[in-house]
Amino acid sequence: MNMSLIISQLINGLQSGSVYALIALGYSMVYGIIMLLNFAHGDIIMVGAYVAWLAMVNFALNPILAIILAIAACVLLGVVIEKVAYTPLRSSPRISLLITAIGVSFLLQNLAQLVFGAGSQRVPAMISGPSLTIAGQYVSFTAMITIVISVVSMLLLTLLVQKSKMGKAMRAVSEDMGAAQLMGISVNRTISFTFAVGSALAGIGSVLYCCAYPQASPTMGSMLGIKAFIAAVLGGIGSIPGAMIGGFCIGLAEAIISAVGLSVWKDGVVFAILIIVLVFKPTGILGKTMTEKV
Amino acid sequence: MLKVNDINVYYGSIHAIKGVSFEVQKGEIVTLIGANGAGKSSILNTISGLLRSKGGCIKFRDKNISSILPHKIVGMGLAQVPEGRRVFLKMSVQENLEMGAYTRRGSEINESIEDVYERFPRLKERRRQVAGTLSGGEQQMLAMGRALMSKPELLMLDEPSMGLAPILVEQIFDIIKELNSAGTTILLVEQNAQMALSIADRGYVLETGKIVTSADARELLNNDAVKKAYLGG
Ligand SMILES: Nc1ncnc2c1ncn2[C@@H]1O[C@H](COP(=O)(O)OP(=O)(O)OP(=O)(O)O)[C@@H](O)[C@H]1O
Ligand SMILES: [Mg+2]
Repeated sequence: MNMSLIISQLINGLQSGSVYALIALGYSMVYGIIMLLNFAHGDIIMVGAYVAWLAMVNFALNPILAIILAIAACVLLGVVIEKVAYTPLRSSPRISLLITAIGVSFLLQNLAQLVFGAGSQRVPAMISGPSLTIAGQYVSFTAMITIVISVVSMLLLTLLVQKSKMGKAMRAVSEDMGAAQLMGISVNRTISFTFAVGSALAGIGSVLYCCAYPQASPTMGSMLGIKAFIAAVLGGIGSIPGAMIGGFCIGLAEAIISAVGLSVWKDGVVFAILIIVLVFKPTGILGKTMTEKV
Repeated sequence: MLKVNDINVYYGSIHAIKGVSFEVQKGEIVTLIGANGAGKSSILNTISGLLRSKGGCIKFRDKNISSILPHKIVGMGLAQVPEGRRVFLKMSVQENLEMGAYTRRGSEINESIEDVYERFPRLKERRRQVAGTLSGGEQQMLAMGRALMSKPELLMLDEPSMGLAPILVEQIFDIIKELNSAGTTILLVEQNAQMALSIADRGYVLETGKIVTSADARELLNNDAVKKAYLGG
């Protein structure tokens, strides 16, 4: 195996890792604020891909507009799901919420199948540009842009959560919902905002995913969602840099497995990582030991 | 300023607050005393809107607030320092204070933060520290400072003396008196009846969800039944 192949596999790994990271951020944020593993999160990506496809193929819109529409659709969907399905269950046991999330996931997949059919649709290229040659190594434009966008998104998100008034309210609500209300923070608005941001990141992830694998299918969100979820757990759920690190690790692990010619084992290895993390360090790489509320 | 009329609170089938009525006039310190489980916190949380009363009515500055959302009630000038402080442990002292001013905007917020630091100098030294690393007394000060950040007209305090050394309790009660002299009306919930009655104008005694006695604080301090039950003979 030569050096250039290894490097190109690493770049592939970072590219798909970036997408996992963006999606993992959404899982982490939602878990951080309402302790819910939002299983419908992956399917939001699927809807984003279909919106991009519709916009470009059926309505012949330009790619920039298609990207904006796809992200907007994800935000809207995320917020509506939270309002319709999760808000009424805010004081119910967490298991009810989890089951509802799984139900929403099935609903979205089956609706997509009903509307668009079970097969997959080809999404035309939305992002194109000159590929680069760095140190004699060919790097595709989409790989570059994917990695850059995900890193920038993470930095902006960190800034938002640490410095903005809304970000601080998010942290306050995630720590103590009752006390946050006594400060005059609207819990409903803060949770909606969290879903909006998480879903926007999923929308960006959806566009970038379609750049690497230009297809929309009803079930595309489930494996993607599960891998991003594993990335979030690996990095430490609730942690922003953790989600990023987890995403890159999963992407690189897959790339390395493929590079040594074992690509059929790719998914298996990712699940093995989940099991290993859950057994040996359930709080993940950057997760702090859980301080349960008394 | 505050008029609570016939509120009833249920936890499932448990009838925790049974037809409680009382009032707080502008400028007063009113205390609500009672044993563990009497329903003191439930009453404050109902006034703050975190719990809902079945029937009855809560009026704050002549406005019915019984169905207003908790975060809006704060904006109307009614703040609560909850039982057990409940500061945001993972956020810095300064951020906790900023959260207290969530309903306000503009540059006067920084002035208010400086005011709080002036009142509680220990908080200023620890402004960048996360609240989880503060001592119990410092956390109580932070909880009070945080509530003051909303510039409340009526401040409700739920057992501010809980778990503090006597000297700190004195300090906290001195601050409550100062706040009151500066124009803030106070509704104080306490198990430490002696201390509470010594700074209050009036008091209500709560037993298993009902108000059983109400009188001037000085009268309550000399009331035999109260002495026996809450003042150690
Ligand atoms: N979340 C809850 N679920 C069920 N019952 C509750 C709940 N919170 C309070 N109660 C019950 O309501 C009654 C009043 O409780 P509350 O906390 O208001 O009392 P308190 O006077 O504040 O007591 P303490 O001095 O211990 O703080 C108690 O009998 C308590 O068991
Ligand atoms: Mg209490």
